[in-house]
Amino acid sequence: MTEIYVGPSDRGAVDGHGPATAEVPAVPDPPRPTKEPPVLIGGPPPGAAILDAQDACAWFGDHLVLEGVSLVMPAGEVTALIGPSGCGKSTFLRLLNRMHELVPGAAMDGQILLDGDDIYGAAMRPQQVRARIGMVFQKPNPFPAMSIKDNVLAGLKLSRIKCSDKDALVEQSLMRASLWKEVKDRLDQPGGGLSGGQQQRLCIARSLAVAPNVLLMDEPCSALDPTSTRRVEETIEELRGEVTIVIVTHNMQQAHRVSDRCAFFLAEENEPGYVVEQGFTQKMFEDPDDPRTLDYVQGRFG
Amino acid sequence: MDWITAGAAAASSVALCWLIFSVFTNGIGWFGFWLVAYFVFLGTYFVATLDRLGRLAAVDRLMTVAAWSAMIIVLVPLVWLVIYVLVKGLPALSLGFFTHTQKGITPIQPATAGGGLHAIVGTLEQVGIALLISLPLGTMTAIFLNETRSRMRRPVRIFVDAMSGMPSVVSGLFIYATLIIPLAKDNSLFGYNGFMASLALSVTMMPTICRAIEVVLRLVPAGLREAGLALGSSRAKVVWSVVLPTASSGVATAAILGIAREAGETAPLLFTAFGYNLMNANPFSGPQESLPLFIYRFIREPLASSIARGFAGALVLMVLILLLFAIARIVGRDRTKARKRRRLPIRRSPSTGAAPPAAGRPVPQLALPSQENP
Repeated sequence: MTEIYVGPSDRGAVDGHGPATAEVPAVPDPPRPTKEPPVLIGGPPPGAAILDAQDACAWFGDHLVLEGVSLVMPAGEVTALIGPSGCGKSTFLRLLNRMHELVPGAAMDGQILLDGDDIYGAAMRPQQVRARIGMVFQKPNPFPAMSIKDNVLAGLKLSRIKCSDKDALVEQSLMRASLWKEVKDRLDQPGGGLSGGQQQRLCIARSLAVAPNVLLMDEPCSALDPTSTRRVEETIEELRGEVTIVIVTHNMQQAHRVSDRCAFFLAEENEPGYVVEQGFTQKMFEDPDDPRTLDYVQGRFG
Repeated sequence: MDWITAGAAAASSVALCWLIFSVFTNGIGWFGFWLVAYFVFLGTYFVATLDRLGRLAAVDRLMTVAAWSAMIIVLVPLVWLVIYVLVKGLPALSLGFFTHTQKGITPIQPATAGGGLHAIVGTLEQVGIALLISLPLGTMTAIFLNETRSRMRRPVRIFVDAMSGMPSVVSGLFIYATLIIPLAKDNSLFGYNGFMASLALSVTMMPTICRAIEVVLRLVPAGLREAGLALGSSRAKVVWSVVLPTASSGVATAAILGIAREAGETAPLLFTAFGYNLMNANPFSGPQESLPLFIYRFIREPLASSIARGFAGALVLMVLILLLFAIARIVGRDRTKARKRRRLPIRRSPSTGAAPPAAGRPVPQLALPSQENP
């Protein structure tokens, strides 16, 4: 197992260490043609990545909450995790970037492969994993002590990534999160002064600034009004192809609108959660194999 | 109408007590008189309101009166203390207090002669050094208690709690016994001086600051730490770049409250700084005065002018601590919130003086301020 990324000079070479990354181009593809695309030094390797969970299990203490989840989240696609509350969707999402282990007493089993490398492998540090796999939380959580601009750049500061042109990166990240127009005149004001929907898009911009390969979204719109929800969905639409997105949502219409693939989680009373069915979103919503999936997506339970 | 009822009830209760204690019996002293009169007043007021407005209003008025009385009982000794020190200290206080020491002053000279500059300098130096020692230690301990998952947290927390409850004279004794007695012979740094006083103050200041900072760290939402970690940061970097900046105003408040508390400590200084009547600006060599020691020294003396000097010192110390508390309040206020708070004047209907009812008014009629950003 090799190191994941070392520096700017041999980025292309390092990318070739896993079978799935062989096709990833060495030169980063700018997400949006700007005049001078900012270059990140010391950040994640460019491009979207495949996430592949194999037989993942999760415990809180002695309590098994997730059993045998195998799910492939293809590069650049949007995968939605749906299912009733308490069935382990969020736990599974937090397994994917090693946030699960931050809970005292939490444990896991199985493998999570990021472009073929086990993120729980001995050569991986959690910080590296989390820099490559960003996360947007249910509740908007911009850093209150920082300005809007500093919030966007927080990831660089926190994980010691260098950038050639910080102003361009701020603009690019806020553009991708479709927040630029609203805040471009007040980048120095505190991030806490924005509305809830703007704060959530600021958090998305913050996650995007470090150019992650995967973006995890844990019910990103559950605290937002319909207009803000639409803006976030537009952002997801724009990111399709550039970043692998995994989104947990309780909103069936949203899952239908934004995702390419779906995984339906279910848990019986006091039993661990598992994946009932997974596949292309269209099939899951129109002609699922399992009757429980049909009941759930049509709103008959859950 | 309530005020009239209350006044009438008060008058009647006092009159009744006067009748009972001064006319029919031999009296029970002024304290007993007013105590009985107060409870008679409560009863009279309750019954009068019960008759006028019913049970619910009577209980409400009774509780209002009880709450006000409780507030006055708590406030009176406090205000009394401040006024007492002011009355006693102000005549002895002159501008010279801040520019002169006790150099060449004999006890028979008036209280306004000489001053306490040496004590002010000593207090500032001792408390300043103590803060330099205990703020980093206290902050690191608070971070250890709140941001790590070590198994040692529980014992450390118990230890910090025990330390904050320790009598302050013990901390002075501790420095005296462990540093001054064995080491003073060979090294003047470990003799009676301001630095030893700072060490003794640190022993009591560290737990105070640690507890206060731990409380503000606990107020930082867990979501912010998760957000930082999810960006690929280490725990240490999250604490340094996210948690501490978010809690910065709270940390500053904790530091100033620590200073304010330690500035008034006398006991740890008795056998460390020792006290000195002249200016000694060097905290690392020789006995040094401080405001509490200054007060302690003069208030014990039998001469009126000396006692007045002590009260002048007490007044200066009180004002100093009051200033520090005021600074703590200003620093501790959340500036972003204070700026945002802007009230919209609600247009009241002219006839009733009440806000217009919402029904039949789809758009609330708010009188917006003419300029957007004052």
